[in-house]
Amino acid sequence: MIAYKHLLIRIPIFGLIFLLPFILAVISAGIGYLKISPEDVAKSILKQINSMIFGLNEEMSTADVVIFQIRLPRIVLAGIVGCSLAVSGAVLQSLFKNPLVEPYILGISSGAAFGAALAIGFGFLGGSVQLLAFIFGIISVFLAYSMAKVGGEVPVVNLVLAGIIVSALFTALTSLVKFFVDPHQLAGIVYWIMGSFSYATWSNIAIVTPPILICLLLITAMSWRLNVLSLSDEEAKALGVNVNRDRFTVLCLATLMTSCAVSVSGIIGWVGLLIPHIVRLAFSSDNRVVIPVSASLGASFMILADDIARSAFSFELPISVLTTVLGAPVFMILVRKRARRVWS
Amino acid sequence: MVLKVERLSFGYGKRIVLNGIELELKDGEILVLLGPNGCGKTTLLKCINRILKPSEGAVFIDGKNYLEMNEREIARSLGYVPQDHKPPFPYKVLDFVLLGRSPYLGIFSSPSEKDRSIAIESLKAVGIEHLANRPYTELSGGERQLVLLARALATNAKILLLDEPTAHLDFRNTHRILAAVRRIVKERNLSAIMTLHDPNLAYRYADRIAVIGNERVLKVGNPEEIITEEVLKEVYGLDVIILSLDGIKFVVAEVI
Repeated sequence: MIAYKHLLIRIPIFGLIFLLPFILAVISAGIGYLKISPEDVAKSILKQINSMIFGLNEEMSTADVVIFQIRLPRIVLAGIVGCSLAVSGAVLQSLFKNPLVEPYILGISSGAAFGAALAIGFGFLGGSVQLLAFIFGIISVFLAYSMAKVGGEVPVVNLVLAGIIVSALFTALTSLVKFFVDPHQLAGIVYWIMGSFSYATWSNIAIVTPPILICLLLITAMSWRLNVLSLSDEEAKALGVNVNRDRFTVLCLATLMTSCAVSVSGIIGWVGLLIPHIVRLAFSSDNRVVIPVSASLGASFMILADDIARSAFSFELPISVLTTVLGAPVFMILVRKRARRVWS
Repeated sequence: MVLKVERLSFGYGKRIVLNGIELELKDGEILVLLGPNGCGKTTLLKCINRILKPSEGAVFIDGKNYLEMNEREIARSLGYVPQDHKPPFPYKVLDFVLLGRSPYLGIFSSPSEKDRSIAIESLKAVGIEHLANRPYTELSGGERQLVLLARALATNAKILLLDEPTAHLDFRNTHRILAAVRRIVKERNLSAIMTLHDPNLAYRYADRIAVIGNERVLKVGNPEEIITEEVLKEVYGLDVIILSLDGIKFVVAEVI
């Protein structure tokens, strides 16, 4: 039991971490032009759950409508997206054996931006931004992966280079679309790329949540295997792991998760880099800890960031600007204070 | 005989590195692969482990052709100790040694209490249980090499493969590691194949030495037979003098 005796002290901390997004959601639902206390939010949520279970048609007050139709969809979506990005970040960092990798390293963000631009600019596929962003996010990773594959092996260096190439390609294509469309649509594309939760609806949530949850569960179950995959390929092979197969599986799950998240929120940076990093510094590098804690803290961070985005000013701040402005200094401090010792 | 290499060949693209290697590892012995840089020692070790697939020939582990075994079976039979390097993530030493249990764990499983006690027992065998909670990345080179050895022991493999375990180590740590390998192999009745650079170390710690050069095994024999002026001159292309003190040989290179 040498390494695990301090686990007992940690159980309450972990309990709090997993409750955090739910607590924040209740508090956040009260924040806005119409202020509602957390107790009233909780009561309203309980009332709604009751009426859903027992089929009662209780009358909805203004506060209920604000909470359920406007604020909660946004908060829930922010939580799901934050969770997805943080977990994909942690996964890809292990696969690439590099703690400074973002979930977008294989070009998902550029691909998704191009898809969204096609939908907004030219109305492809009935102008379904989410669907096209999702499809092109997946396509970009598929392209990068096929480009990187040499004789049955997929070396990490090749993947990094292929990701850069695919990103550059789709960024150029997006610029081309921007060049051709009218200023109104151009603005739409630019806003989409900056990311936002303002179009959150329960139906969007219903579409992206099941695949994201399934990926999250599978990744959590594979978190020990992720530790092995974070070793050099040679070592992982010597430990009996089918590196190419397992890496492909995990990459597919992370890609699906990120694409789902990006399709409903636009491109939000820094979360996938910052959150796993904080978790590793604060707790452990063991992915059995990193994955679930990143999921919870990623959701919490995004809910908080969106609170600020929608209520700090009279206008709405683009969420990716906010995550970067919040994330960059924190990251800087972490790197200067502790990382020198840990990563050097 | 616990392991047999038969007519094994390997090349990187068109460049042939190994050509028809024949080699036997006897039960309980330490076999050292000796040869100049780039002679294919490390490549041979990786072929024996099937990290690299040989273009021809095969390896027989306990009489079983390893081309008919899956990755996990090979990993349970051959404990691999790579050259020292720093991994990117600061795993705790105990977690790192637990990775040695991977050949027994499926894609969705985590190590059990039993795996943990095997890992702790491996740390004790190497004599570094006091490092269990330290981040692997903060250890010294010698300590890291001992952790890698403990991880190989945690696989419960009967054969260890060590790739230049003394590279980058100082005088004390070099002997500390090799003494630990020798003690553990004898105590647990394991067998080991190890690549080394220094003929003096090979002489002191090997039961038998195989000299690799020109893509093949030039000579195999016990240290007394191999560590001679003629053989070393042939292998390294360098004039050497062999001194003897209390029956122990010392190899000294002639100044060029």
